[in-house]
Amino acid sequence: MGSYIFRRLLIALPSLLGISVVLFTVLALAPGDPFEELATNPNVPAEVRLLLRAKFGLDDPIWQRYFRWLSAMVQGDWGFSFISRVDVDKLILQRVPVTLAVIGASQILALLIALPVGIYSAAKPYSWFDRIASTLAFIGFSLPTFFTGLLLIYLFSITLGWLPFVYSSDISATGWQWWWEQLRQSIMPVLVLGLFQAASWTRYVRSAMLDVIRLDYVTTARSKGLKERVVVMKHVVRNALIPVVTLVAMQMPAVFGGAIVTEQIFRIPGIGSLLIDAILRNDTPVIMAVTFVFACLVIFFNLIADLLYGWLDPRISYR
Amino acid sequence: MAGLTPASVTASPAAPRPQVSLAREAWRRFGRHKMALLSLILLLTMVLLVFVGPMVWKVAINDIDFTARLKPPSYAHPLGTDDLGQDLLARILYGGRISLAVGLAAMGMALLVGVTIGAIAGISRGSVDAALMWLTDLFLSLPQLPLLLLLIYLFREGLKVLFGPEVGVFLLIVLVIGGFRWMPVARLVRAQFFSLREKEYVEAARALGASTLRQVVRHILPNTLGPVIVAGTIDVAAAIIAESTLSFLGLGFPPDIPTWGRILFDAKDYMDVAPHWAMFPGIAIFLTVLTINFIGDGLRDALDPRKVM
Repeated sequence: MGSYIFRRLLIALPSLLGISVVLFTVLALAPGDPFEELATNPNVPAEVRLLLRAKFGLDDPIWQRYFRWLSAMVQGDWGFSFISRVDVDKLILQRVPVTLAVIGASQILALLIALPVGIYSAAKPYSWFDRIASTLAFIGFSLPTFFTGLLLIYLFSITLGWLPFVYSSDISATGWQWWWEQLRQSIMPVLVLGLFQAASWTRYVRSAMLDVIRLDYVTTARSKGLKERVVVMKHVVRNALIPVVTLVAMQMPAVFGGAIVTEQIFRIPGIGSLLIDAILRNDTPVIMAVTFVFACLVIFFNLIADLLYGWLDPRISYR
Repeated sequence: MAGLTPASVTASPAAPRPQVSLAREAWRRFGRHKMALLSLILLLTMVLLVFVGPMVWKVAINDIDFTARLKPPSYAHPLGTDDLGQDLLARILYGGRISLAVGLAAMGMALLVGVTIGAIAGISRGSVDAALMWLTDLFLSLPQLPLLLLLIYLFREGLKVLFGPEVGVFLLIVLVIGGFRWMPVARLVRAQFFSLREKEYVEAARALGASTLRQVVRHILPNTLGPVIVAGTIDVAAAIIAESTLSFLGLGFPPDIPTWGRILFDAKDYMDVAPHWAMFPGIAIFLTVLTINFIGDGLRDALDPRKVM
């Protein structure tokens, strides 16, 4: 297992580098200049600007600039936010836990819905339950997260008045009260993201189950006289989950996309809303760093999926 | 492979039928998928409304009327008005054209890039294939929305200057959305090429001296069309969602172009006083995406001749 993890890490590294190249190319190709602000500022004389350009090496060949940028990123020197006058890495570190908590909770919710529903649908294909679940999954899959968010706000905050629609990061209450408030304000964002994921995962689980349930070894298990429940849970589910893990990992970029939208709707102080704020205020260092963090998170979750894959399918680890 | 499961336990193999053309057979299979058929009718109705509607409903999209602010649906304004008293029906009809145009154009872009890369990877073995697949995997693991936002942030001003605000933003959004949706198509096409290029009819064409280009364009590509059409259908829906998301975040089209996402963005702060403002564009996006997804599902059944129906 150790060497397997090591090999996977070696594979993840080039993709990280690839993404950094893509990011840097995009930035280098973009019109405009990080020193535009200084250029338009009449108080900064032209020679100072040229000196600064030389000092930061903006006139060097592009590959030199890339390696300098990369080594700075690796050393944790992520620059300085134009707007909030704080180091970018501090700003991001403050925000990442919130994002991860919301995403984590919604993924757990999605799994709690998708696994039982998908498994039961596939165990009784084309039954009433399956038809209703499939239709609902289709609807959930077609409802964009920003619209579900607004619908939930309308229903629970405006019509019923049960839940707050703005996420507040400093709740004055303490103890149990604090947890209760935290739960109340997290329900809607987690629901929005979780239900959307649950809809697509239900489809994956169902079709992966249907692929496995027809295989010969399942028939063998049935003809041994095992109970249907044991056949499904012990023989089918474990093998059906293997492709699902890959599909779930492939969905991670979409999950982060959904998280950006959700954070923006409910004003959750995570890195998604940080990104939008930074874009609206032209805060380039923050934008670059957050995009890079998103890329790292996607690759990290892909790595976890690979490891899970190896654990679920022992044939892979020793190949 | 879930498609191989019989439609019901009692389904018997289909009885021999008289010969019919492929297109008619596909249409018959598509018709068996009731939801897909219903969706097709609904979607065509919406397309018709969006294109013919503005000729019948002749209210300008930017007619400001402060006496009719935030009015719920009424006879004068069937879908109500927004905070400037602008007619929502006219705006939604107009926005539908843009959303559909973006969806179709981005699909075209995604298919063009995907089919080209998939075909090149599929016909050439070895290092070219490996490099292209590495590129595909890299693109698949990119965080799409953040990068979309980044690209739009960086290039929006430049393209605005070059092509004007509307065309510039349209081109940018189509290029960027299309540029992030080609990977599944490329994989599909490559996989199809791998099996098709070994088929006897391709071998026959090769034996007759057909050039590689002719083999690809005349013999292999037409046979990969089925899955590509399905992927393209789903791409239209995905592109519409992507465009609405961008507009919803305030980073899509400029405010004077009322796309569905943009109307939602403007409406979201008035949910308590004018819920209708957000509901109608939201429902429009939802219905379009839902019907397109159902049609894609129906096409998947219709274009897979191996599936027993």
